Amino acid sequence: MSTEYKTVFASIDDYRKGGVQCLNEDPKRYAFSNLYEVAATNAPYDRIVVAKNLDYTIESVRAEGGSDWYVCAHDEFVVAMDYDVEVHYLKLEDESVIDDDKDGAFKLPTNTSGQEMGRIFLKRGHMALLPEKNAYRFHANRPSTLMIQSILGEESIEKWADICLK
Amino acid sequence: MTSVIKATVDNSVSGYQTFTVGTFSFNRDEYFAYINCPNGEYVMSIDDFLRALMRDVAWGFFYGTVAFDDVFGTINHYGNVDMYMGAQHQDWIVSERAYTENFKSDVLMGVFKSILSDWVNEGFDPFAAPQETGLAWGRKNGNEDALIDRQREVAKRMVGMPGDAPLRSDENGYSVNRAFADVDQEQPIIEAMPGFEGELSAFNFFGYLSRSDVTWNPSVVSVVRQSLFCPTTEEYILPIDHGNDRCEWFLQMSDEIIWDIKDKESHPIATVTMRAGDVSAMPGDIRHQGQSPKRSMLLVWENGSPEILEMIRNGTVPMVPVEF
Repeated sequence: MSTEYKTVFASIDDYRKGGVQCLNEDPKRYAFSNLYEVAATNAPYDRIVVAKNLDYTIESVRAEGGSDWYVCAHDEFVVAMDYDVEVHYLKLEDESVIDDDKDGAFKLPTNTSGQEMGRIFLKRGHMALLPEKNAYRFHANRPSTLMIQSILGEESIEKWADICLK
Repeated sequence: MTSVIKATVDNSVSGYQTFTVGTFSFNRDEYFAYINCPNGEYVMSIDDFLRALMRDVAWGFFYGTVAFDDVFGTINHYGNVDMYMGAQHQDWIVSERAYTENFKSDVLMGVFKSILSDWVNEGFDPFAAPQETGLAWGRKNGNEDALIDRQREVAKRMVGMPGDAPLRSDENGYSVNRAFADVDQEQPIIEAMPGFEGELSAFNFFGYLSRSDVTWNPSVVSVVRQSLFCPTTEEYILPIDHGNDRCEWFLQMSDEIIWDIKDKESHPIATVTMRAGDVSAMPGDIRHQGQSPKRSMLLVWENGSPEILEMIRNGTVPMVPVEF
């Protein structure tokens, strides 16, 4: 008889954090945090940097309700880590608001105009491209966790002392 | 230094070849690999040796140190590579047994590939979890060249996009792994407006991982300039200790991995236990080896920027990614 396995995922309302057990080491060097805990304890759509390598980032975001429109000069990628999230896309009427030399996402005004490109419905574990120079916004009916692959920008929030084990 | 005493290995009985590169030589018999250099001989269990060698080959010597164990390994200098015996073990260093020899990468890679081709017997897949493959032991019996020549998938932008690395499916030989039978396989729904059909892209990342046919072998699924998402599925023990030459990050997507952390002289310094959603940096001055009790999904995040190579050369690459 074949063995049955249960894959353990987590969510914004059900996670069990691990940790660092030190012999002769400083736990802060591991910048240990948890994507779901960060999403659970921060405001909707705050982009909290949980991993950083030079200027590249991975950001944890609490999706809840609708977000602002964002745009970015480079590609980004988003993964829905627990619950359903919609991503809406907009081809900007005026791309001159994008500075090619500026890294990271930035917010656009609420009345941003452009052509609707469509939307993607993400479930747990689904990854979507947030293509360069196209605006996007998120919508989630319940608090959910997003993981975003990006570059440090004006929306990125670093609060390592608050989120990491010490 | 005491004399070097070599074990007796008879290729005429085992059927395997002896391999030599520089002053190193490699022999195997039914149970062990024998590594010789001018300062001594070192013996490893053949299954551990082949699993480690497979990763060193598949990863192109990877970033920094690939330690087969506390004694033997390679250090990548990107174009050339050090092969060492004892150079990262305090007792070998103190007793002046430590030995290091530098090779052009393609020369050493050629020898390593030849060893795998000759020493891996039919039925043994060094990429596979122990429960999913045959045994490494015994005398020469065929080969598994098709398995050991597998190339890892490397996306240029994102897997599944036109012209990029393909998604995994039953049709292209990637069935859902036995340990991930409960992972949802539904793909995201994409509603593109007319004219934008080719511009919206998404895929089931966890489903893709559930179909990985190898363990401890990252592929690349998404790329932001030099930021590489390199997920992998893990089961049992990482066959090497990885001593990176730069910071990297691990993000646990499912289940649990326990990482043994050592300094670069093989002293244990910490244990990092990661559960679903946990994020941990791996500093650039440690070695790490993971243990995954159940097949798990791990996102390895690497920075492949050429500027890091220059920072490594001039000693300015940071050992930790952030300070607070």
